[in-house]
Amino acid sequence: MSDRYRQLANTPIGRMVTKQVGLPAPVELERYQPGQPVISGPVLLGAAPHSRLAAPATAVLAAIGAEAHTALDDEARGAAAEARLDAAVFNPQAAPEDERFKALVFDASGIGSSEALREAWAFLHPTIRRVRRSGRVIVLATTPEECGEFPAAIAQRALEGLVRSVAKEVGRGATAQLIYVAPGAEDAIDSTLRFFLSPKSAYVSGQVVRVGSPKALPEKIDWERPLAGKVALVTGAARGIGESISEVLARDGAHVVGVDLPARSAELEALTSRLGGSSLELDVTDHAAPEELAAHLLAAHNGVDVVVHNAGVTRDKTLGRMSEEQWSAVIDTNLTAPQHIDRELFARKAVRENGSVVCVSSIGGIAGNAGQTNYATSKAGVIGIIEAFSSTLAKLGVTLNAVAPGFVETGMTAAMPVARREAARRMNSLAQGGLPIDVAETIAWLANPASAGVTRNVVRVCGQSLIGA
Amino acid sequence: MNSSVRRVAVLGGVRIPFARQNGPYANASNQDMLTATLDALVEKFSLERETLGEVVAGAVLKHSRDFNLTREAVLGTRLDPATPAYDVQQACGTGLEAAILIANKIALHQIDAGIAAGVDTTSDAPIAINEDLRRLLLDLNRSRSNAERLRVITKVRPQQIVPELPRNAEPRTGLSMGEHAAIMARDWGLTREEQDELALSSHRKLAAAYDAGFLDDLVIPFLGLERDQNLRPDTTMEKLAQLKPVFGGEDGTMTAGNSTPLSDGASAVLLASEDWATKRGPPVQAYLTDAQTAAVDHVHRREGLLMAPTYAVPKLLERNQLSLQDFDFYEIHEAFASQVLCTLKAWEDPVYCRERLELEEPLGPIDRDKLNVHGGSLAAGHPFGATGGRIIAGLAKALADDTHGSRRGLISICAAGGLGVTAILEKP
Ligand SMILES: NC(=O)c1ccc[n+]([C@@H]2O[C@H](COP(=O)([O-])OP(=O)(O)OC[C@H]3O[C@@H](n4cnc5c(N)ncnc54)[C@H](O)[C@@H]3O)[C@@H](O)[C@H]2O)c1
Repeated sequence: MSDRYRQLANTPIGRMVTKQVGLPAPVELERYQPGQPVISGPVLLGAAPHSRLAAPATAVLAAIGAEAHTALDDEARGAAAEARLDAAVFNPQAAPEDERFKALVFDASGIGSSEALREAWAFLHPTIRRVRRSGRVIVLATTPEECGEFPAAIAQRALEGLVRSVAKEVGRGATAQLIYVAPGAEDAIDSTLRFFLSPKSAYVSGQVVRVGSPKALPEKIDWERPLAGKVALVTGAARGIGESISEVLARDGAHVVGVDLPARSAELEALTSRLGGSSLELDVTDHAAPEELAAHLLAAHNGVDVVVHNAGVTRDKTLGRMSEEQWSAVIDTNLTAPQHIDRELFARKAVRENGSVVCVSSIGGIAGNAGQTNYATSKAGVIGIIEAFSSTLAKLGVTLNAVAPGFVETGMTAAMPVARREAARRMNSLAQGGLPIDVAETIAWLANPASAGVTRNVVRVCGQSLIGA
Repeated sequence: MNSSVRRVAVLGGVRIPFARQNGPYANASNQDMLTATLDALVEKFSLERETLGEVVAGAVLKHSRDFNLTREAVLGTRLDPATPAYDVQQACGTGLEAAILIANKIALHQIDAGIAAGVDTTSDAPIAINEDLRRLLLDLNRSRSNAERLRVITKVRPQQIVPELPRNAEPRTGLSMGEHAAIMARDWGLTREEQDELALSSHRKLAAAYDAGFLDDLVIPFLGLERDQNLRPDTTMEKLAQLKPVFGGEDGTMTAGNSTPLSDGASAVLLASEDWATKRGPPVQAYLTDAQTAAVDHVHRREGLLMAPTYAVPKLLERNQLSLQDFDFYEIHEAFASQVLCTLKAWEDPVYCRERLELEEPLGPIDRDKLNVHGGSLAAGHPFGATGGRIIAGLAKALADDTHGSRRGLISICAAGGLGVTAILEKP
């Protein structure tokens, strides 16, 4: 399970070797520790002329106490003053080379034509090499489908190519993301901007996220415990990613109801008692499971706020050799069970308003994988669940999203043949596997009531894997 | 007692050309220069044997024997010896502060006319003896017997003989003023180029002012010097670009070209009530209508050491219901090109204006063509105490000479210790 290569590559000799052989040098990624500030290090903010997101972005930077910088003549400077953000001055022409930033945040929403994309170049060109280790590049933009004019829609769409390439160029454990914000959803970006600025998003890179207008935003939020008073259901909680999801949701204040097979009752019990949650032993594919779950949640908690469909299995075989049992086991667990559970929970109005449902998909579901026709089918189907139901749930004030992990260091991946495992681990912009916590943090962001504007998103937690990119 | 407040007229001023450190004035003392300058003013306004209300002057670098520098200088002039005098010291704000003090007494009817002056020498600078030696010598002075004296004298160590030269360093930060200005330049992202451009324009404007005869009655030759020694009429951007950075480290942007040199010189200005002016004849060049000082906390809050004028000016503007754009001349003392540029950028910056100055809106940009129109300290040099008088006399004359409807000028001077002194001059 341990990443020997990364440890080796970070010794002086290892660095020399990896450099000469041309292997990517993985950087030990910074990860969030409770009590840490959202971001530790200076943030450079810029905005294209006529942009509309600098104001909410400066408000977030002010709220998190970020050490902000802007250029003197930048569009964002007025917004900074308005937000009472005491931003320092940055002039790329005069700044010494060692002036570096933990994050670059660029509001590109004002870019209305392909010619004006130059503004993004002008901001990033003198600054991209000033990004610190485990730094962040975040571009804020307008959802292309919601741009009034075609040239603007095209230019905003073009930013995807820019950001995905920046994510590949920036290096040293830094990431890049594009956040599309719908007109009117300006006030809904808080949780998303915080997540992508912070080390919580360590293994998420090259992603495009859409923030829309939520039905309602919570009036007040305790950012240390955004799920305080909430109940979270996590399937497959006993080990691996599910265990980490349970821990992070509990850290954020939720009462976790962990679900796993009776065969794993000892681990499950140990986990939930440690987290002050409760456990339910059942097989999610059991036809009585949805009813049992709903009844328990309603009886014990009067409902549920967060539902995480994490339980999953693999039965790898090439299609010609795959038995029907192998096919069905994977489809039933990964794809059919979440639908049945959701149907029952919503039929009985068990999911409360301002709640969220998060399904765990996989890069395999996006890219396909030889030997995993069943698994890829199930995980692509999970994305189908998002696409089918998100607008219905939005009316209920419930978000529906999927996370698609790439290579995550768990028991599941430890069981892979060495050569395949090593290749899978390296084939991403961060040149390393993710950790269960990376998936868990992403789910916690989506489950945060302040993320009410984030729905119908499929967020990859894959270090910008080359697969399915 | 008359409780009304009078308008204060600036009748004019003179100065000696400013010299570079250890130049032609190397052997002139503060008292020599101040006496010569006051006497030139006496001559210009025919004040021989006149008893004026008061003469106020000061120097930043002063010998302890010069505790009554201004009074001693007055006694050396052709003014009536019954003219009272006193010294002030407010770092580089000394000259302007002297004028404010005179003006306030005139406004309150306490005096009718007075002279504000300032002087400094960096060549004939006071040298302090080593602190340990000083204590020993004081002990020696207190000794009663020869044996006791001998005991004290044997305590003297060779390293105690090394004198302490005056340092241009802030006592609480240990940084020189140039280093502080370099921090400001970095904080505001100033380029080398924009600083050199300001220096170049200062030299060009001062040279043009000499050529046009503007300074003929403002600058009185002294010890063979007729123009400011530092002035380089033929300097260019290329020449300035060749200079090595002197502050802010190797990749600093501040050079000897865009910083003022250590200089020697003196200036004096005659201020009076309108009545006095009318009776005595000299026309009123301008009124000194208001003044404001401010200070920044460069120690605990790490504010820019030379940014205090940015605080003083908004107070002046508010009290006089003016905007920053309501001036026809801006005299911003060029201690360093970076000081002027940081000040202008700060007034344009919404963040600085909101966070530091607590203004809803930035003060906004000024018309750069109205800035230091006859050159500034970068070209003329900057004998600390004398700069205020140079600026007041130049601005008053510019207002008096102007035929294009100019009405108002702003003076802004930064000073050591995080101080700033500002004032408004208005045309009659
Ligand atoms: N590990 C990775 O690299 C990776 C990559 C992409 C996607 N995923 C997905 O993440 C999720 C968690 O994976 P993991 O790596 O932690 O796997 P894991 O095998 O370590 O954990 C899965 C958990 O689900 C439980 N489970 C399985 N079937 C169940 C059922 N029918 N009813 C109740 N519980 C059941 C298991 O007992 C186990 O505790 C899965 O959906 C998986 O497909 C993992």
